[in-house]
Amino acid sequence: MSTIDQVQRVSSFDLWKLVKKTAFYLLVLFIVVVMVFPFYYAILTSFKSGTNLFIVTYWPHELNFANYLNVLQSAAFLQNFANSIIVATLTVLLSLLLAVTASYALSRVNFRGRGVLLMTILAVSMFPQIAVLAGLFELIRFYNLFNTLWALIFSYTIFSLPFTVWVLTTFMRDLPVEIEEAAIVDGATPWIIIWRVFLPLLWPAMVTTGLLAFIAAWNEYLFALTFTSSNSARTVPVAIALFSGNSEHEIPWGTIMAASVLVTAPLVVLVLIFQRKIISGLTAGGVKG
Amino acid sequence: MSDIAIPAKANATRRPDESDLVKQRVRAAMWFLLPMLAALAVVAAWPLLRTIWFSMTDASLTHLADARFVWFNNYLHWTVLKSGKVIWSGVLVDPAWWNAVWNTLRFAVLSVAFETVFGVIVALVLNAEFPGRGIVRAAVLIPWAIPTIVSARMWGWMFNDQFGIINDMLMHLGLISTKIAWTASADTAFYAILIVDIWKTTPFMALLILAALQMIPRDIYEAAAIDGVHPVKTFFRVTLPLIRPALMVAVIFRLLDAMRIFDLVYVLTPNSAQTKTMSVISRENLIDFDKFAYGSAESTLLFLIIAVMTILYIWIGQVRFEGGTR
Repeated sequence: MSTIDQVQRVSSFDLWKLVKKTAFYLLVLFIVVVMVFPFYYAILTSFKSGTNLFIVTYWPHELNFANYLNVLQSAAFLQNFANSIIVATLTVLLSLLLAVTASYALSRVNFRGRGVLLMTILAVSMFPQIAVLAGLFELIRFYNLFNTLWALIFSYTIFSLPFTVWVLTTFMRDLPVEIEEAAIVDGATPWIIIWRVFLPLLWPAMVTTGLLAFIAAWNEYLFALTFTSSNSARTVPVAIALFSGNSEHEIPWGTIMAASVLVTAPLVVLVLIFQRKIISGLTAGGVKG
Repeated sequence: MSDIAIPAKANATRRPDESDLVKQRVRAAMWFLLPMLAALAVVAAWPLLRTIWFSMTDASLTHLADARFVWFNNYLHWTVLKSGKVIWSGVLVDPAWWNAVWNTLRFAVLSVAFETVFGVIVALVLNAEFPGRGIVRAAVLIPWAIPTIVSARMWGWMFNDQFGIINDMLMHLGLISTKIAWTASADTAFYAILIVDIWKTTPFMALLILAALQMIPRDIYEAAAIDGVHPVKTFFRVTLPLIRPALMVAVIFRLLDAMRIFDLVYVLTPNSAQTKTMSVISRENLIDFDKFAYGSAESTLLFLIIAVMTILYIWIGQVRFEGGTR
């Protein structure tokens, strides 16, 4: 075996490694570009104005805030934004309130039918929302809640509550028995155990669950579309879906993109801050937010 | 024999005290569960029963209270004409409904299949150690965080026939010679929906698969590498079987979710028969066309289909659940 042969073999090995590494990074780059591009392009479009909107560009050329001013000066949109915040916040708080005690019972107490109950709760979270639409519509009209924020908070409970219960139950189940034992020996009632022992431990899980439920409520469309009829109760997704011009060619794309960015930016920031928590919550719940 | 009797006796002496405590705990648990169960009964069980009831009436938006019971006429009904000709009506003989069923099934199977493949690829990338992994993981979360309606509008703009960037890219690459009306054309509307949904939900899939991948001990790969097993072979023989349970759960979750898709279709391709899904057609009949009872029948059918699939999921998911229970 000649030395040249050996050298060639070594260099071809290095070359192969280099090719593999390059291919891997190209794949990484491709994934990042595909995932981020639509949002990037929405931001790009939102800063364009006038006829520039209709010229396709791949890099930012102008920084025009007209679209944002347009959105932020619209009283209706600000109202929609406030509605979204109120509805999502109250939905989350209500669900957490009901879920903490229920999850304690489901995770720490052995009783007959617990497995069936848990499965039922999981099944409810997989419910097609359209299946309850007719019944909810009747209920909401009957109680005069139509076109109010309460109609939305009420109906969002159907997906937010089972999800919250499920994730908190998985979290509490994994806590060791020992934490409770001392309290039980001291004669603490289950109520005190929840308040004094579990609640302090539950905060991180509640933040994660609450955040995921908040995103789900923030993004909801079907109920918001069906149970509201004016801007006083409309949430942001409905408003964005309704943005339209007098004709196909007059759709205000710049304004739509500015509104989209405004609505999404808080979520993206939240998600980036709570990245790890969200990932653990998503995989623990196994439920799409 | 005796070593069995002794613990039993010991148990018997400890029992009354313990069972009192257990009883107290169980009683407290029932009270703790009550508010949650009551809430679910009001927002889920009752409306569902009412929907099923409405599906067997002649209710309309303005006549909810005084609806008449008509049995299964909304599902299937026939009239015999004087000439002896039988005319069938109802959801089960409605071509629009079956078109929606077909659209939904085709969409669910195709989107979940692609998402699973792409999800595995993204998860494998995220599972590798390389500089900048955190950035990639953050980037992957973005489509998941964007509201569906917003992504529908963003993609609607990118898919725009005149000024859309997708057509611009494809023209520059020479892949198409004339601009395509992605969301409006009957040939492409379905694929437009598919593309956006795959983009939006691959992250969820990837994260679930990543969680499963991270459970696999690294030394398995080291052992395979020392034995000189090709990485591709390692993937199919070692990795895939190990993540299969988690993969199955993720696939069924996504299938159930895809079966009920509404917002993306409703906003991105309104009024397109090629994309109309079961949820969309039900909601149109319920509210937009004022065929409340007919729409209720359609949503009841969708519920039944998903219920069967959910039972399937629980059947598979229970294995995992009982593994983790204490």
